[in-house]
Amino acid sequence: MATFRFALNELPPEAEGLRAEVREFLRREVSGHGAKGRSDSWSRWDPEFSRKMGARGWIGMTWPKQYGGHEKSALERYVVLEEMLSAGAPVSFHWIADRQSGPLLLRFGTEVQRQRFLPAIARGELAFAIGMSEPDSGSDLASIRTRAEKVDGGYRVNGTKVWTSNAHRSQFLIALFRTRVVPDKKHEGLSQFLVDTKTPGITINPIIDLTGEHHFNEVVFQDAFVPEDMRVGEEGNGWRQVSTELAYERSGPERYLSSFALLRAAIADASKEPGERAAVTIGHLVAEMATLRQMSLSVAGMLQAGENPNLEAAVVKDVGTTFEQEVPEALHALLGLEPRIDTGSDLGQALGFVMQKAPSFSLRGGTREILRGIIARGLGLR
Amino acid sequence: MSTLLGDVVTRLFTDRVSKELIESAEKGAWPAALWREIEEGGLTMPLVPEARGGAGGTWLDAYAVIHAAGRHAVPLPVAETILAGWLLSRAGLDVPEGPLTIAPVHLDERVRLTPVGSRWRLDGTATRVPWGRDAGHVVVVAPSDAGTVIGLVAGNGATVITDRNLALEPRDTLTWSDAEAVAAATDLPADVAWRYGALVRAAQMAGGLESLLAQSVRYATERKQFGKAIGSFQVIQQNLALLAGHTAAAGMAAAHAFRCAERGDAWFDIAVAKTRVGEAAGLGAGIAHQTHGAIGFTYEHSLHFTTRRLWSWRAEFGGEGWWAAELGRSVARDGAEALWPKLTAR
Ligand SMILES: Cc1cc2nc3c(=O)[nH]c(=O)nc-3n(C[C@H](O)[C@H](O)[C@H](O)COP(=O)(O)OP(=O)(O)OC[C@H]3O[C@@H](n4cnc5c(N)ncnc54)[C@H](O)[C@@H]3O)c2cc1C
Repeated sequence: MATFRFALNELPPEAEGLRAEVREFLRREVSGHGAKGRSDSWSRWDPEFSRKMGARGWIGMTWPKQYGGHEKSALERYVVLEEMLSAGAPVSFHWIADRQSGPLLLRFGTEVQRQRFLPAIARGELAFAIGMSEPDSGSDLASIRTRAEKVDGGYRVNGTKVWTSNAHRSQFLIALFRTRVVPDKKHEGLSQFLVDTKTPGITINPIIDLTGEHHFNEVVFQDAFVPEDMRVGEEGNGWRQVSTELAYERSGPERYLSSFALLRAAIADASKEPGERAAVTIGHLVAEMATLRQMSLSVAGMLQAGENPNLEAAVVKDVGTTFEQEVPEALHALLGLEPRIDTGSDLGQALGFVMQKAPSFSLRGGTREILRGIIARGLGLR
Repeated sequence: MSTLLGDVVTRLFTDRVSKELIESAEKGAWPAALWREIEEGGLTMPLVPEARGGAGGTWLDAYAVIHAAGRHAVPLPVAETILAGWLLSRAGLDVPEGPLTIAPVHLDERVRLTPVGSRWRLDGTATRVPWGRDAGHVVVVAPSDAGTVIGLVAGNGATVITDRNLALEPRDTLTWSDAEAVAAATDLPADVAWRYGALVRAAQMAGGLESLLAQSVRYATERKQFGKAIGSFQVIQQNLALLAGHTAAAGMAAAHAFRCAERGDAWFDIAVAKTRVGEAAGLGAGIAHQTHGAIGFTYEHSLHFTTRRLWSWRAEFGGEGWWAAELGRSVARDGAEALWPKLTAR
C-alpha cells in the first residue's frame, strides 16, 4: 500500500518571532470587525489592506529578492497566512496572486514576465484571477474547449470561462486554453496564458451567488488577442503547470479555517460555564480544529523541505472542509438560533453567512469526490 | 531515535505477533516468550532514566513503541508498563522487571497509601485494572495532602476478581488490605493515571487505525465481485479515502500529544487526542467492517482483533464525549480570544 506521511512539524523561532509582529499589525487593522466580517476573510476585497501587507513584506515572502520577494522560509509565510485567516483579515485582493499566480510565474514564466509582474504582486498592487473552469468542464478540467489559435505575434482566443472569482476586479487572470486539439488526448495541447482583463474581445459578466453577492463571473472571449510573450511556459505544457498550480491552491491553511470566526463567536457566546451539550460541541469542534492545524503544519513542513505534499494536501483539504461545514451544522443543532442576514446578533449573522457559504467549501479548488479519488490513488486503489 | 525505534518494534511485532499468538492470549495464555523479547529489547522502559536501568528516552520514543503495539494488537501490557515505569521514575522509585500495570484507572476510585515507618500500607479496591492478574507489580496512584503519592506493590499482594474488555484483554478488580508497598509523594497531578492513560490509549488507537486502513486497502484490491476488485468501485474508494483521513488525523493528534507530554503540561493536547482519535476509532471500525463484508465479521478473520480493541480503548480512561466536554469547558473558561493563541503555542 502506498501511504501518507504526516510527520510532526515544528515552527522555527524566527517564524514565532514574526507571529508577534503580525498579531500587533492585525490588532490595529482588523480588531473592529465583527464575527460576520471576520468570517469572510479570503473573499473580502481590500486593496489598501493588501498594499499595507506588501509594505510589510508579507506578500511574495519566499520569492527571490530580485523579483521583489523577501527570501523567507515557507514556514514564516505559513505563520503570516494562518494569522491573517484566523483573525479574519481581508486578504482577497492579493491571495490568489501570492498563493498561485506568482509561484507559477516564478517557476514557468519568462524573465520578462517575472520582472514585470512579481514585484508588483509583492507590493500588493496586482490582483489575479484563475481562468480554469468552463461551462462544460468542471471536475473534468482537461476537457476544456476555449481555443487559443496561433496568429501573427500571438493567439486569438474564443470560448468561455466560468466561476472566475474576482475577474471583474483583477488586472490579470492566468487562464488555461487549448492551443492544439489532439484527438483522444485531452491532457495534451493545453497552454497557460497571462490575460489582461481589459483586453478587447473579453466580456466579463457577473454571476451572483446564492447570498446575492457578486464575486465570481463568466468571462467570454470573442477573438481576444493575447500576445505571444504572455504565454506562460511552453506551448502544450499547460496540464503539468496547472497541476502544479492546483497543488499550491490546495495546500494552505485556508482549507480548515473558513468557519473559525463563527466558532470563536459561539465560544464567546457560551458562558464561562457552559452546559454539558455546549461543552461537548465546543470540545468536539476544538479537538478537530487543533488536529487539523497540526496536519496543515505538517504539509507546510513538507513544502519547506522541498517535498511534494499533493496527497497529504488532499487529505487535509478533505478533512478540513468537512470540519468547516460541520461547524455551522453543529452550532445550529446546539444553539437553535435563527441564521440571519444583517439583523439580529452578530453570532446569528455569522451563522447565516457561513451556513450559506458552506456548500462551496467542498467544491472550490477541487470537489470532495475528486480529492477522495486522488487519495484513493495514493492508497494504490486506482 | 524514535524512527529507528519504530523500525525495531515494527520488525519484532511483525515477526512475532501472529494470529495464533493473539488467539491463545484471548484464551488466557500469557505470551511469555514475546514478553521476554520485548523486555530484553529495552522497549518497556523508554521513560525510565538510564541511571535507573531504563532507556532514558523521550515521550516520542514511547509513542513509537505504544503506537506499534496498537498497530499489531500486541496482547500484552506494553503501554501500561511504560506508563508505570514513568510514574515510578517521577517518584524516584526503582522500576522492577516484569510486566507492570497502573491503578486505579477510574477518576472516581480511590485507594489509600498510608506511611508506616519507612514503608507504606495500601488499602482499597480498583476495578478494571488492565492485566491486573498478570502484572508482576502494580503502580498505584493516591492523592494525599503532600501531593500525589505513587506507590509500588507486588502483584500477588491483592485479591483478584478477573474480568475482561471486548478484546478479551484482562480488566480485573484488585483489592488490597494492609498490603506492603513502597511509595513517594510527587508533584504530579492527582488525575495523572487517568490523563496519561488516555494519552497511551490514543496512541494505541492511532496504531489500530493504521492497521484497519492497511487491511482494508489490501482486501479491497484482493476481493473480486462483478468481475473486478471491489477497490475499483468508486464508493469503496471514497470510503477508504475517508478512512485514510481519519487515520491521518488520529496519528497526528496522538503524536502531537506525546510531543506535548515531552514539553510539559499536555492536558489540552491529551483531551484533543482522546476526543479526535476516539471519534476516528468508531468511524474507522465501521468503514473497515463494511469494506470486508461478512468475512470480516467472523472470528476466523483477523480484522476484529483491531476493531474490538478500538471499541474498548476509546471508552477506557474517558470516552470522547467525556473528554470533549472537559475540553469544551476549559476552552469556554479561558475565553474565545484565548483559543487561537493557545493552538499556536502548542
Ligand atoms: C465559490 C467558488 C469559487 C470558484 N472560483 C473559481 C475560479 O476562480 N476559477 C475557476 O476556474 N473555477 C472556480 N470555481 C469552480 C470550481 O473549480 C468547480 O466548481 C469545481 O472544479 C467543480 O466543477 P463543477 O462545479 O462544474 O462541478 P462538476 O464537475 O459538474 O461536479 C458536480 C458533482 O459531480 C461530482 N463529480 C464530478 N466528476 C466526478 C467523478 N469523476 N467521480 C465522482 N464524482 C464526480 C462532483 O464531485 C460534484 O459533486 C469556483 C467554484 C466555487 C464554488
